[in-house]
Amino acid sequence: MSDYIKPLPKPTPTSRPFWEAARRHELSLQRCAACKAYIYYPRARCPHCFSDRLTWERVSGRGKVYSYTVVRRASSRSFADQPYVLAIVELEEGPRMTSNIVAAPESVKVGMPVMVQFDDVTPEHTLVKFKPA
Amino acid sequence: MSLKGTAAVVGIGELKPTREAPPEATALGLMSNAAAEAIADAGLETKDIDGFLCGMAFADAGMLYPASVAEVMGINPRMLNQVDIGGASPAGMVWRAAAAIQAGMCQAVLCVVGDLNKFGDQKPPVISVQREFEAPYGNIGANCGYAMIANRHMYEYGTTARQMAKVAVDQRRSAVKNPLATFNDRELTIDDVLNSRMIVDPLHLYEIVSPCSGGSAVVVASPEVARRTKHPPAWLLGAGEYSNHASITYAPSLTDSPVKVAAETAFKMAGVAHKDIDLVCPYDCYTITVIVTLEDAGFCKKGQGGNFVWDHDLSYAGDFPCNTHGGQLSFGQPGLGGGMSHVTEAVRQLMGRGGERQVKGARLAYVNGNGGIMSEQASLILERRS
Repeated sequence: MSDYIKPLPKPTPTSRPFWEAARRHELSLQRCAACKAYIYYPRARCPHCFSDRLTWERVSGRGKVYSYTVVRRASSRSFADQPYVLAIVELEEGPRMTSNIVAAPESVKVGMPVMVQFDDVTPEHTLVKFKPA
Repeated sequence: MSLKGTAAVVGIGELKPTREAPPEATALGLMSNAAAEAIADAGLETKDIDGFLCGMAFADAGMLYPASVAEVMGINPRMLNQVDIGGASPAGMVWRAAAAIQAGMCQAVLCVVGDLNKFGDQKPPVISVQREFEAPYGNIGANCGYAMIANRHMYEYGTTARQMAKVAVDQRRSAVKNPLATFNDRELTIDDVLNSRMIVDPLHLYEIVSPCSGGSAVVVASPEVARRTKHPPAWLLGAGEYSNHASITYAPSLTDSPVKVAAETAFKMAGVAHKDIDLVCPYDCYTITVIVTLEDAGFCKKGQGGNFVWDHDLSYAGDFPCNTHGGQLSFGQPGLGGGMSHVTEAVRQLMGRGGERQVKGARLAYVNGNGGIMSEQASLILERRS
């Protein structure tokens, strides 16, 4: 049994390929076959053109910090191991993701390049985080 | 089709927020007390109320809520609904009430919110995609989203911590004149704000709204009903609403908000200019919210919000009166019932009932309600005619 107390993702039929890829330490996004846009988070239809012709594609894992905050007092007790860096990462392929930057809080800056880093938080769950590139 | 002049806010009710939930209080009780005050303030009785819009309460979340709340109050509405756009709900209720009145469905609509302080330890969100893709990384509650907006605004436009802090300072100067405000015992300095505890960089404790318990309500009435109410009506001149994201992560921009479309729509409908506005009541869950809202509502250029609040006195006595009740930052935010205090204050000022903090000659007010993380926006322009 894991003693991990933070919220864990519960994959849906729509999102399961994303989390299964993360378990393999691969970042995989949906891509629209009609308008070619990459999509995050996973959906039933493309939010840009509403096509349902979506495929999965492994992406680079490279991005940059669009914005971030250092959480010094979390709103949820499960994140009492503060401070932690919450960020919006803009992926090279376009979409933005909510994630954590695994680095000293003082070193994180808006615009800094980052690289994906997988965090196996439980034997069944891998979160997609980022580290300075 | 337009809602211009089709209805007016004719009565307001507002309970003094309390930081802890009183042991005897319930969300339904708080809503009932606020509603009774608003109906009496209009000079009406519950039997005159034939339209009903309520908000959501953390403390009493359930399905088929509007009929339950109306039943508690003994109100039999010809139009009833729940408006679920967060802190934009109250402003959104006002134009929905006017639309229902214009459509001939009802004559006097009670718009009510109320909630108990249930923040404390925030539970992960219940919306599935946010639970799955936000909560695991610690994006729970609203603080983080606004902090990331503030950091990006500082990065793009050079907005400073002192400029943001000044919003809280100026609004507090008005709160000191508001007996209903939660924090009205002393004025603040910029250093007080910047020396308060850092919660989520770059936002300090005094830049973050304090959850509380409370309730407030307004009555929106047809011109026919408005003729026989007690106070000078605050007429709806313009309204606009817009949303382009739920989680800020997927917003087109962190610094350009949906306020732009909502405000443009409202100003166009009203046919008034920004320079004609006597006071503004922009939703203020955080200091940065006011800066982004004033920019996107067109009171200053994009990116100049920090300089704008620095160059103007935002207090009731100043050259740009803004949130003269103290804003939610000083007034308090009753749970999910945020956003009504901005409507009630604008109406109070237009009715000439601002007391010590009355803005002299106030005739036109701009109100903006904001839900989620700048997600839902509802703008109103209200006018006193007599």
